[in-house]
Amino acid sequence: MSVFVYTEFEDGKFKMIALEAVSYAKGIADMIGTTVTAVTINGANAEELGIYGASKVLQINNDSLLNFNAEAYADAIAQAVKKESAKIIVLSGSANCKYLSPLLAVGLEAGYVSNVTQLPESMSPFKVKHSVFTNKAFSFTEISTDIKIIGVSKNTYGLKENKVTTVTENFSPNLDSHDFDMKIVSVDKAKDKVTIADAEIVVSGGRGLKGPENWGMIEELAGILGAATACSKPVSDLGWRPHGEHVGQTGKPVASNLYIAIGISGAIQHLAGINSSKVKVVINNDPEAPFFKAADYGIVGDAFEIVPELNEKLKVFKEQNA
Amino acid sequence: MKILVCISHVPDTTSKINFTEGDTKFDTNGVQFVINPNDEFGLTRAMWFKEKQGAIVHVVNVGGPETEPTLRKALAIGADEAIRVNTPATDGFSVAKQLAVVLQEGAYDLVIAGRESIDYNGGMVPGMLAKLTGANFVNTCISIEVDGEKVTVIREIDGGKETLSTSLPIVIGAQKGLVEESDLRIPNMRGIMQARSKPLTVKEPIAVSPETKAVLFEKPASKGAVKLVTNVDDLISLLHNEAKVI
Repeated sequence: MSVFVYTEFEDGKFKMIALEAVSYAKGIADMIGTTVTAVTINGANAEELGIYGASKVLQINNDSLLNFNAEAYADAIAQAVKKESAKIIVLSGSANCKYLSPLLAVGLEAGYVSNVTQLPESMSPFKVKHSVFTNKAFSFTEISTDIKIIGVSKNTYGLKENKVTTVTENFSPNLDSHDFDMKIVSVDKAKDKVTIADAEIVVSGGRGLKGPENWGMIEELAGILGAATACSKPVSDLGWRPHGEHVGQTGKPVASNLYIAIGISGAIQHLAGINSSKVKVVINNDPEAPFFKAADYGIVGDAFEIVPELNEKLKVFKEQNA
Repeated sequence: MKILVCISHVPDTTSKINFTEGDTKFDTNGVQFVINPNDEFGLTRAMWFKEKQGAIVHVVNVGGPETEPTLRKALAIGADEAIRVNTPATDGFSVAKQLAVVLQEGAYDLVIAGRESIDYNGGMVPGMLAKLTGANFVNTCISIEVDGEKVTVIREIDGGKETLSTSLPIVIGAQKGLVEESDLRIPNMRGIMQARSKPLTVKEPIAVSPETKAVLFEKPASKGAVKLVTNVDDLISLLHNEAKVI
């Protein structure tokens, strides 16, 4: 039986983390000599999933599922899993996947491990490595149930092209009224703004920036790099920036390719939350700031001088490397 | 309205994380335990329902006797009663199964549990609990209003928020935003004194087979020293040529 993966399709395309989940599923499929079957809800251009190794795509087209609904999506995915008799199910670590995965796990009587960072250590017993204590440690965990659900931690396995021929099949789940007990009233989502969850680069400001009026240069830097903006906990507690930007242990985790911390000292809770980012840069006038111990690159100096200069030079760099 | 707040007993956010017994167990030596921050945001919102809408608030923990000080703290903050299910918290599924029994026996209308505990970060107990009991469920909840049976919740989504309407009973996965950091309450002396005489019921667990088992822990490899640069040109060059991230 094939390895099963749920692929999120949003704003007219498959999410990058969904393609990473397909890559991961293909990695497992190769370990056990099988193929990958993906399911997508109201997606299009399913062939794209073939680039990352999905041999078969179950396409669910259903107008009642145009908006994400955890209960209904979990129900639809569970039925697709049963149809395929799949035993290993892979999902991304997006907010929506983390919402629906526990529902799916109970529905399928499947053991579920989230924040998985690499391919299974072994198939029998089925053992995976995942981050715990907000990236301060890893756990090797065995799943003992017949059906297993893996939530892949963002930007750990990466995108791996593995082109196969893809066949698409329509699938119509039977949904019941309880699936729709949660009704969407409104969605308030910034258009054309990179989210921390999807961003490859995150630019983050701390209390060293002295006040919300000084965020112009941070937003400019983010704009030049196509990055998301974020902030430290004190900044969000002071109301300088919205809660949605708070990254750290009690805020959002960041797993970007590049994280630039400006005027952030680097409290242990903050460092834990951003630890899965690949490359970390710190700009801070205090050479003793703990962030320098966690960073890959650093500049000791005044952010109010360095950031504007960085912005100007990056603009030139971007033009030259466009 | 009857509210159940699920409380995880977790190491303080500043704790150094170490393991013992051949890296198979978390080393509690010298570690300060607290109410899981996401649960504390939920508990604080529950206090609002108690004060404004006359709700009854119970707190529950699945764990051994060592977790009782954490439950007493929740009582000192203002919860009316506490329940401890007397079994070590193993995997998320087992905890959810134990909590499902408590939920059903207590006929709670609203169940609040942190969207994840800051120790094992599983993020699965609230959703599993909802599914096991047939309650509605919203995760990453940053606002909840209850009017009779009608419930309006706001959840954080990637890049924004979404408002949903539904009905009781409901389980919410709580997080910061449900209340502000400045709304959190430090128990006062009167609260602490009262907490001593509030009921803390120890309940024996049901038999559950765990679905997952942590067999070994590992700490991340230590990283190399930071590369300090003195000018912006060098930084851009390193990010482009060495790190290859721009």
